[in-house]
Amino acid sequence: MAQGHAVKRYTGLLDWLTTVDHKKIGILYLLAGGLFFLIGGFEAILIRIQLMDPDNTYFVGATFNALTTMHGTTMIFFAAMPIIFGFMNAIVPLQIGARDVAYPFVNALGFWLFFFGGLLMNLSWILNYFGATGVPDAGWTGYAPLSSAHSESIGGVDFYVLGLQVAGIGTLIGGINFLVTIINMRAPGMSYMRMPLFTWASFITSALILFAFPAITVGLVLLMFDRLFDANFFDVVDGGNPVIWEHIFWIFGHPEVYILILPGFGIISEIVSVFSRKVLFGYSTMVFATILIGFLGFMVWVHHMFTVGLGFTANALFAIATMLIAIPTGVKIFNWLFTMWGGQISFTTANLFATGFIPTFVMGGVTGVLLAVPSADFQFHDSYFVVAHFHYVIVGGLVLGFFAGLYYWWPKLFGTMLNETLGKIQFWTFFIGFHLTFFVQHFLGLLGMPRRVFTYEKGVGMELGNYISTLGAFLMGISTLILIYNIVVTTIKNKRVGADPWDGRTLEWAISSPAPEYNFAQTPLVRGLDALWHEKTADDGDGKMKPAEPLGEIHMPSPSWLPIAMSFGLFVSGFGFMYRHYEIAIIGIVITLVCMFLRSVYDDHGFHISVEEVCETEGIEVPKSKAEEAHS
Amino acid sequence: MSAPHSNEAVNGRLETATLEGRNKVLGFWLFLGGETVLFGCLFATFLALRNQVNDGPGGMDLFEFNIVAWATFLLLTSSMTSVMAIVEMHRGNVQMMRLWFIVTVLLGAGFLGLEIYEFIHYLNLGLGFTVSAFSSAFYTLVGFHGAHVAFGILWIALLVIQSYKKGLTTVTAPKFYVAALYWHFVDLVWVFIFTIVYLMGRVG
Repeated sequence: MAQGHAVKRYTGLLDWLTTVDHKKIGILYLLAGGLFFLIGGFEAILIRIQLMDPDNTYFVGATFNALTTMHGTTMIFFAAMPIIFGFMNAIVPLQIGARDVAYPFVNALGFWLFFFGGLLMNLSWILNYFGATGVPDAGWTGYAPLSSAHSESIGGVDFYVLGLQVAGIGTLIGGINFLVTIINMRAPGMSYMRMPLFTWASFITSALILFAFPAITVGLVLLMFDRLFDANFFDVVDGGNPVIWEHIFWIFGHPEVYILILPGFGIISEIVSVFSRKVLFGYSTMVFATILIGFLGFMVWVHHMFTVGLGFTANALFAIATMLIAIPTGVKIFNWLFTMWGGQISFTTANLFATGFIPTFVMGGVTGVLLAVPSADFQFHDSYFVVAHFHYVIVGGLVLGFFAGLYYWWPKLFGTMLNETLGKIQFWTFFIGFHLTFFVQHFLGLLGMPRRVFTYEKGVGMELGNYISTLGAFLMGISTLILIYNIVVTTIKNKRVGADPWDGRTLEWAISSPAPEYNFAQTPLVRGLDALWHEKTADDGDGKMKPAEPLGEIHMPSPSWLPIAMSFGLFVSGFGFMYRHYEIAIIGIVITLVCMFLRSVYDDHGFHISVEEVCETEGIEVPKSKAEEAHS
Repeated sequence: MSAPHSNEAVNGRLETATLEGRNKVLGFWLFLGGETVLFGCLFATFLALRNQVNDGPGGMDLFEFNIVAWATFLLLTSSMTSVMAIVEMHRGNVQMMRLWFIVTVLLGAGFLGLEIYEFIHYLNLGLGFTVSAFSSAFYTLVGFHGAHVAFGILWIALLVIQSYKKGLTTVTAPKFYVAALYWHFVDLVWVFIFTIVYLMGRVG
């Protein structure tokens, strides 16, 4: 039984559809997330075109509502979340010295569920032209009763409910997967307090996903029952209560904010350290701050609901809890600054993004503390001040972090390096465009401009601010096009770079770029924080990782069609529910259940990569003892 | 990462003898953590809406303890039989393990039958799903639990069938173990449903 069974290894497109390799799944996540990022960005530009001048009439009423709803939902759930998972997949197993994630099959399933969920929701734009449907238009927060109103027409918010539900399951199992991977799959010597900060951030983010996503699952189920089956959860006339939706949504929604930003913090921590050529300042306080932010993230959801009227006590408690979060976040800010202090800083594109992140995020944090004061929040609530705040933390925090990570890890993902000149142009256009767009929105908000309203009047002092804001949005659009151009040029030129182009500190830079299918020919022995740097600088180090095991054949999981089929089943079922054809909904669920049945009954024995193949890939000679074994 | 060995158990625990097995058990515990939040939200919703009966019937008018008591008895007993199955699994006695799992499935099916009967009974008493916020919350919470029981029955039944062909190995043992964990969790949720829905429903 020790022998792996012969397994079909696909190539080309079939390989990508059936792969369970975390590196390929990571690239799929980045590709699909990037695609949705472009869609969401396009929607944002349309919003800004409408708001460029007073009394515009390009996108008014329901169309504008649909644009803001789809922009927010797409960016949070179908752009930011998959890009986070993309980086986690591509990097975390390499950083902890693992051959793969704990559940490669579940990993693929998580990707396809997200993908079909995103597809389902975004198809609403196209299906809107074919029959009585509609595009989700109740805001990305989907507040009841706006979202739950029983309507004769199908579609609309149904796309939101079902798309998010399918994608949410994928995210949940992805979170569990990374928790188990990080707990159980670390290489020998890789203790918790030697894990790179990005891995720590992924760990805490996964924990937040595990405890936050079931809440939105329940919220969406209740909303779906209200819409499809005339349940009364949010229907006041029949005894329901719309505030329940707000609670459930924000019990999920606030941790979601930290799910988004923590990996950004992780990326920044890696990059600042590498490009200052210094160990991260205050590593253990960084870890502690990450945990604390994750913990407090569950205690603050009511700050989104100060104006609901839950009472002074509730508002005061949640306000204090919210302000507390500024402390661990401040710890992080100062640690990054002290890491750079006295370092040999090189401003590569990655480091430009990381450095630009720090003041930008601080500004978002400061307005966050202002919003945490309930009495002030009554003034800010639902104004452009809030819009400015959360774009400062999400775009100024997360998206800058993503771009930093993209330039930093691109060599590890593809074996090539993005053009630095184009990269720097992209940074400056994005950075200036971002601040142009959102800095003025603070003042627009203070002037009283409400969010989600499709126009404003002349002569109330909002023309200039909105005009500048739209110009900034165009500049960010141009910046994104430069990035795409950079990616195309880099891919066509295909100039290979070595394993460790940045003189890196962590384990992923110890193996070739891109990483071989099995990651590590021999599981590495980790001897300190910044494992690779330790080998580069220690007295008995030679710049290479010491192996923790002899060379041997490597067991790999088999590719499978089941993840995509399972997800497709739920996709079909989503459409069945949407068009109230429950027989189709049942067919879809049966497809999924049959796939689960097949997965349970047929064990995957995987396959083995022989020592010869490993040696060939690594460019080393087959050890004598192993060669003899193979002959005997 | 090693292939299945039928006669070898590490520390006497077949389910955690391989890394895959350990991953499965740990991951399932975490999954149950997520499930706890899921049911927590459903319970919170029910608690918020349980007195919103509109003109429809409420818990005082509906709940009869003989049905619920029998259902509780069946389900809690099935929790014990699933423990027995795992005890036998640790002894390496696949026949006895299978037998206890079959008893577990039958008790679960009995519970589900009673629940379906109960729902039909309430429907006849005028508690439709759309009658009131209470009715929506009641059927959703208890129905979610019922769906978990139904899934558990199908799952454990499938594993019992597999056990004939595959026996007890490092591949199958984590499956049995994890299914038993799931079953315990579902039973535990019922304890809360019994208290919060039925007992509190009777005292108003």
